[in-house]
Amino acid sequence: MTAAVETVAPRAARPSAGPWRQALRRLARNRSAMIAAAGLVLIVLACALAPVYAGSIAHTDPFTSNASGTAVVNGARVPVLAQSTEGLGLGVTPIGPTWNPGSFFLGADNQGRDVMARLLYGGRNSLMIGLSSAALCCVLATLLGVLAGYFGGWIDAVLSRFFDVIWAFPVYLLAICLSVVLLTSGLHVGPIHIDAGSLALPVVIIALIYVPYVARPLRGQVIALRNKEFLHAAVGLGASDLRIMRREVLPNVLPTVVVFLPLMTALNMLTESALSFLSVGVQSPDASWGTIINDGLALLYTRPAITIAAGLCVGLTAVALNVLGDGVRDALDPNARLRGGA
Amino acid sequence: MIGYILRRFGAAVLVLFAISVLVFLIFFATPGVDPAARIAGKNADPATLAQVRASFGFDRPLPVQYVLMMKHLFVSHDLTSFVNRGTLVIPQIIDAVPVTLSLVVGAAVIWMVLGVGMGTLAGAMRGTLVDPLVMLLGVFGVSLPVYWLGEVVNLITQKQLHGSVFSWVPPLGYAPLSQGVGQWALHLLFPWLTLALLYAGIYARLLRGELINALNEDYVRTARAKGLSERRILIRHALRCSLIPIVSLFGLDFGALVGGAALLTEVVFGLPGVGKLTYQALQNLDLPVIMGTVLYAAFFVVLANAVVDVLYARLDPRVRRA
Repeated sequence: MTAAVETVAPRAARPSAGPWRQALRRLARNRSAMIAAAGLVLIVLACALAPVYAGSIAHTDPFTSNASGTAVVNGARVPVLAQSTEGLGLGVTPIGPTWNPGSFFLGADNQGRDVMARLLYGGRNSLMIGLSSAALCCVLATLLGVLAGYFGGWIDAVLSRFFDVIWAFPVYLLAICLSVVLLTSGLHVGPIHIDAGSLALPVVIIALIYVPYVARPLRGQVIALRNKEFLHAAVGLGASDLRIMRREVLPNVLPTVVVFLPLMTALNMLTESALSFLSVGVQSPDASWGTIINDGLALLYTRPAITIAAGLCVGLTAVALNVLGDGVRDALDPNARLRGGA
Repeated sequence: MIGYILRRFGAAVLVLFAISVLVFLIFFATPGVDPAARIAGKNADPATLAQVRASFGFDRPLPVQYVLMMKHLFVSHDLTSFVNRGTLVIPQIIDAVPVTLSLVVGAAVIWMVLGVGMGTLAGAMRGTLVDPLVMLLGVFGVSLPVYWLGEVVNLITQKQLHGSVFSWVPPLGYAPLSQGVGQWALHLLFPWLTLALLYAGIYARLLRGELINALNEDYVRTARAKGLSERRILIRHALRCSLIPIVSLFGLDFGALVGGAALLTEVVFGLPGVGKLTYQALQNLDLPVIMGTVLYAAFFVVLANAVVDVLYARLDPRVRRA
């Protein structure tokens, strides 16, 4: 019961605050969500500064092979790629972590590239793909969900069956199918042209496969709204369908979309890393956290730092996004709190 | 009930048909590259291309091509890989199925037991240490990449601590049941635990929330007023209702696992299941194999969902009327 008092009190104290401002205040009071947000800001800043790190601190180009390069460790100059001494001595073992931010902080990968610099650059791609595919997914899902729920009839029937099929299709398999085909030829539909190696390709693919996950609950909400009195009132005033959808329906479903955004960003980033790990996501020479984990797979027992660091980046970012997402949900949906839910 | 089962499986067949059409269109009708060149793999010679064109009927209309493809896949079982010349796709998949099922079923048993156990404990012991632990595991469950966790597990059990604590862990790979149940389970133990840990966290967290909601319901108050023991209220009244969403989630996850997460786990633990097959096919863009494994996995997913819906209807008779 105390929760009810908490959520009502600020409304009484400041009657002018709108629902979004109230939600923001509730979010700001949620300590774990704020810690997660701060962590996210740090991660984003670090990745945004990747060129600064590569150019001014590590003095390295993380995208070209550096097989004959050398590095200074404990005052001695050593090759970045050492001939393997185990077995037949055929392979090469890259230099391990030096813990010196100036050069090969986390060691090198099997092409002699600085892993720390690649991690930061890879983070830019992982975050960019996660966020933009979540945004694209939410926009498409809102559009389709509102259309299906508002108009009903055959539009709803067609869209809902479409959602059902995509929903029943295992997401990774659908993504793999689309990626395999599009990675070789690119995407050319009407005015949209995306080249085969483009980073926009995983963005579009991941956004498309998750559309039903967001659109289906939105459609349900819109159907419930359709029978509300304020909607009948708008119809009675002679408002057009477009105006009703934009001015009456959309503001009511927007909180749900906002709740989905951080959760979908985390999910999409994980999907990207899995696809990249399977070599059908981000394509070389571009890096993402998934491709770095994949690079580290062959070196797991000799240079585990590569895999561990990249995996921790994905995992921690996803944890932060999920905690923040839970906070946003609690802030926008006080009823969920009243019921004492998760 | 029988009417519901028939309707549900009828719908499943329709969905499978739709999925097969979708896969067919993705592979054969996306504009861009000649589908024959895709099927034949990288750098195919003109003779192979001509052979592919004839065998898949690329000079004929799309519906005919679809029927021919399905015939290769499901009737004559003679879809061949063009990257590994002459390898028949379907027998390869059928050989790999027991490995994938061993992995997924074992993991599912562990995560249901763990997840329901921890969730019930957390729901019943709110405010104790169990509570934040379950919440934390739940967040990790949706956040950590399963293949990465598998690699870390491998690093510890196969390399770092293999000399001491984990010297009993067999090398990566699969031991068929014919070598004895013990070897089979020993080889699958860590893959099972890796998969199960993440899912157990998700399920425990969900169940905890459901249980807390259920314990606030009127029927629980009534049960208390009747003088039932707390234990009986928790298990016979609250838990029973709270398990319904868990069951429906289980159907989706079980299917998704066969089609996705198991794929990654198989790759990391070197288990020669359908996922590993897909992975190898992806490495050399072996399209016939990818198509075969995708449709196989979709079959399992749709079947699992249908079975779960039927179980759901058994648990909750209201569903049957929907």
